[in-house]
Amino acid sequence: MTALGHELKASYAFVERNFNLSRRYWGWEIAYLVYAIAGALAISLIGAQLGDRRLILSLMIGATFWNYLSIVFSFIADTIAWERWEGTLEYTMMAPIHRRTHLLGSTFYAILYGLVHTAVVLVVLALFFGLDMSRANIGTAAAFMVLGSFSFVGIGIMAAVLPLLFVERGSQMTFVLQSLILLVSGVYYSVDILPGWMQVVSCFSPATYVLDAVRKGLVDGVSATALLGDAWPLVVMGIVLIPLGMWVFGRAERYARRTGRLKRVG
Amino acid sequence: MAITLFLRLTTRRAIEVVPAPAPGAQEPAERDRVGRPALLVEHVTKRFVVGREHRVVDAVRDVSLTVDRGHIYGVLGANGSGKSTLIRLVSTLLTIDEGRVEIFGHDIERDEMAVKRCINRVSVDAAFFKKLSPYENLAFAARLYGLPAGEARRESARILGRLGIAEKRLGQPTEQLSRGMQQKVAIARALLTSPMLLLLDEPTTGLDPRSKVDVQVFIEDLRDAQDAAIVLTTHDLDEADRLCDRIAVLDGGRVVADGTPAELKAQVARERGAAPTLESVFMAYTGRSLDEDVEEGEAEAAGA
Repeated sequence: MTALGHELKASYAFVERNFNLSRRYWGWEIAYLVYAIAGALAISLIGAQLGDRRLILSLMIGATFWNYLSIVFSFIADTIAWERWEGTLEYTMMAPIHRRTHLLGSTFYAILYGLVHTAVVLVVLALFFGLDMSRANIGTAAAFMVLGSFSFVGIGIMAAVLPLLFVERGSQMTFVLQSLILLVSGVYYSVDILPGWMQVVSCFSPATYVLDAVRKGLVDGVSATALLGDAWPLVVMGIVLIPLGMWVFGRAERYARRTGRLKRVG
Repeated sequence: MAITLFLRLTTRRAIEVVPAPAPGAQEPAERDRVGRPALLVEHVTKRFVVGREHRVVDAVRDVSLTVDRGHIYGVLGANGSGKSTLIRLVSTLLTIDEGRVEIFGHDIERDEMAVKRCINRVSVDAAFFKKLSPYENLAFAARLYGLPAGEARRESARILGRLGIAEKRLGQPTEQLSRGMQQKVAIARALLTSPMLLLLDEPTTGLDPRSKVDVQVFIEDLRDAQDAAIVLTTHDLDEADRLCDRIAVLDGGRVVADGTPAELKAQVARERGAAPTLESVFMAYTGRSLDEDVEEGEAEAAGA
């Protein structure tokens, strides 16, 4: 077997294991799905109360696509945290695989899981509101989801470092980071209403560009080619953040091995 | 004693260990470089910075030892003596501050991947994804080492069957298995990858007598059948006496005694006039009994 083949099979190990975990925790999976649908519905109903169908669609897109991005982010960011909770981190770190193989497997499952989860939420919301999507440009939404995924994978890999370095507080830190991205990215409102300094911060969040582009695509039917202003920051972030995330993770792993932080705690 | 002997005799017949090499892994002949010891530890030191006052502690100090293939090397020591740190250093889970470690001629820092393919480890706590079944946990581990899932399934059923776990239990969540069964699954996880150097960090601590004997017999048969080198840390001096070809006693991170069990016992009888037992050896070189240490460790764990 070639080295690449071995690494790909090892990557699949993480996909299969995470799928098995989803299956074993099926009760929680249903609970999370119901919560995501209820949350998205509750927010979108604000638009219904105001009688503004454009606002309904805008809120719906915010709730649904944030659901996707936050799933991708948290799955990757919690890769280390889960293993630490279960006590398996040392065994995974001992295995003869590259760290990129480990993270690739976790990322692939995160994207797959996020797509399925988000599709279900989107279908339920579309049926509930009976929205006319004939003008929507689905291609634009799909293209920006893919582009945005790269950036979120990079940020997620960097966030995964936190539970590696901060044994007791790392997961809490990733949760706070996710909350801050939610706040500044215009998920439910335009970033124009944010204070000036927060608007500057929002420029560094990939979610800002993803949501802006998806809204333009699904609400106004704008094609992806007409949204280069949203595309290029995502391309740059994707190119920079994934290698940067891998480098940061490598440094953090070396530090954890030097200071003994891979050891099981609790 | 009688029950131990009975269990040992009845279990030995039931166990025959010939783990198949993992596809994709290197063949033993390739891995076992001619003339190289299975494990060579030379003047290894590992320091940690602990506490708010950033106190520097030498967890392992200038430790040297050699383990040849086909041998079981015991490491005895009180809680906090550096046994687990030494195992973690050899497992590539910690970086080395001073000295060097070679496994079958591969330097642990320069040839990390080659080293990782040669080793596996069983620790005192059988760590698994508890909601997953033993099969699912073992399939995950096997894939990381390049073993196909189908083969991992057959092999794990075979190994666990010989350790006394029925196949029907292997589909249940691991959390539903007893502590002893979980430890056997942990051993199967390590053996699936056909390691040439197996690191056993207190594998029988907390097991019931039957499970303990199962595991001990399995370790002996593994050494004989697979010709693997084994490093075993344990608090059970009878276990060390029976299983180990050579023993090192660690105290304060240093090797304070090293030899075959017979040599160490004879030495302590000759030099200190003590009874020729490993208990005497342990007390002579560490200044305390192992029972006292285990009780202290348990009290610390209970209070944690």
